[in-house]
Amino acid sequence: MKEIIRTNRNAKKIKHFRLTDFTIILVLILLGLICLLPFWYEICVSFSSSKAVKAKEVFLMPVDLSLQAYQYVINRIPFWDSLLVTVKRVGLCLPISLFMMITAAYPLSKGKDKFSCRTPYVWFYFITMLFNGGMIPSYLLIVQLGLLDSIWALVLPASVNIFNLLLLLSFFRNIPTALEEAARLDGAGHWSILWRIYVPMSLPVLATVTLFTLVANWNSWFDGMIFMKSNHYPLQTYLRTIIFSYDFGNLSVSEQKKLAEMSSESVKAAQMVIGAIPILAIYPFLQKYFVTGITLGGVKE
Amino acid sequence: MKRIRKTNKNKIAVFKKEIPFHVMLLPSVIMVFIFSYIPLYGLLIAFKDYNPARGLLRSNPWCGFDNFKYIFSLPTIDRVFYNTVIIAVGKIIAGTMVAIIVALLLNECRISWLKRGVQTLIYFLYFISWIILAGIMQDILSPSNGIINHMITMLGGESVYFLGDNGIFKGTMITSEVWRSFGYNSVVYLAAITSIDPTLYEAASIDGAGRWKKIWHITLPGMATIIILMCVLNLGNVLNAGFDQIFNLYSVQTYESGDIIDTLVYRIGLQQAKFGPSTAVGLLKSVISFTLISFAYLFAWKKYDYKIF
Repeated sequence: MKEIIRTNRNAKKIKHFRLTDFTIILVLILLGLICLLPFWYEICVSFSSSKAVKAKEVFLMPVDLSLQAYQYVINRIPFWDSLLVTVKRVGLCLPISLFMMITAAYPLSKGKDKFSCRTPYVWFYFITMLFNGGMIPSYLLIVQLGLLDSIWALVLPASVNIFNLLLLLSFFRNIPTALEEAARLDGAGHWSILWRIYVPMSLPVLATVTLFTLVANWNSWFDGMIFMKSNHYPLQTYLRTIIFSYDFGNLSVSEQKKLAEMSSESVKAAQMVIGAIPILAIYPFLQKYFVTGITLGGVKE
Repeated sequence: MKRIRKTNKNKIAVFKKEIPFHVMLLPSVIMVFIFSYIPLYGLLIAFKDYNPARGLLRSNPWCGFDNFKYIFSLPTIDRVFYNTVIIAVGKIIAGTMVAIIVALLLNECRISWLKRGVQTLIYFLYFISWIILAGIMQDILSPSNGIINHMITMLGGESVYFLGDNGIFKGTMITSEVWRSFGYNSVVYLAAITSIDPTLYEAASIDGAGRWKKIWHITLPGMATIIILMCVLNLGNVLNAGFDQIFNLYSVQTYESGDIIDTLVYRIGLQQAKFGPSTAVGLLKSVISFTLISFAYLFAWKKYDYKIF
């Protein structure tokens, strides 16, 4: 008798647990869908025919599968020009900023006993996190340096990212000093210790910093908008003009006709999808590393 | 005398030993100096009657606080500050709460593949630029042919102009920012949960604590430090309402509810070319933010031994 009561109770407990578990799973799936569906919807629109888009038939699946929108985008020269600008800026910014941040992180990762001037240097970088000149002084600086409408206006100001520097620094700090001491005994200087011991041992954090730099460069649009002329816009800035201005005045008559035949919405959607593809492509790697990145750099305990 | 010479010698020796460090730091120091420190000098524009035609900053006359007076004479300045603070604080509060709840939900989820799948989906949006996200929002929120309003009207409701109605524009901004970043923000809290000692949960189970009791008495207290720390550090963001987002989503129609300090700085400065007043607003914002951030870091350092470098 007693046993039956107990099993009854257990059954109740299990049922109760199942209900909460079920709710949790449901809520989580819902959250996932909230993030996925808007993006999926755009993908569907970009692959649908203009008729279906105009008739609001598109929802969860492409209707009348068509590649017209992509064909149109791929034939647009400004699109390729802007893509080239973005590729150039990534190609220049990545090696420069990696080099500068690696060389800066190494001395700063040393304790005060090994590097007596560490504190003033740390303050030098730290102050830039607290206070910045803002839009106009930064803009005028670029003007006075004569970098307006030059790719370097997009590369150089972004080359030292304090957040990424911090990531590198905290990783370097955890590399055992015994290795360094052994290398010193063999007569290695700081330079070779950095490149032969620290860098090869820091590949995970270097991957993180590389991915962050790639994403930041790919996504940034404001600097392109204020520093570059419209024929040198990087991709995201160019996309902005397409997505928000609805200004098709600069197209030739035949192009306007062609665009009207399709739906401008699927063209817009196609460009947005293309603008996100590189992020999609590196996202699996990104996800693998950025969690460590945030927890390492954001909250240290 | 001898001793002084000795310490001097020591100093020189130490300096010589540390020369490689200085050399290594040099490139980034030059970069940071040019692109972060020279603009600080440029902040003097806030106190000058600046005209780019006059050339360098030095050749422009001082004008005292005229630029600030001009700013505060603008009829819209009050609402700009009000909008900034309301939107920013709304984002911080809603964002933190949602992130904590999501972290708890993920932690309680027992099906590991589902957990990983959901994580993949919710972290993703954070890495997409606001240009694309704003484009998506315009599409799906449009009152005439957006999918959301299509659904609302199908269900018998009236279509809502999410991006054009001053009554709900702030809400749209806060919600969409939370939508973009709740996954990313939950990472820190999830990490805090996983660092809680598992024996505490075992002990609580033996004492007969259920799931809710364990969350309430172990998980939440275990996260308390990080929750407080993150809130304190967010203090520095009270005037950051999110330029990238709002600039791409607001319109003349929604200036009343969506115009913020950063967008005002842009419009006065780069569109109307009034460099002085624009820099003055920016400086004001920087000074307030600086005070708040310094206080936050000081508090976090004294209380939780939180160090950035």
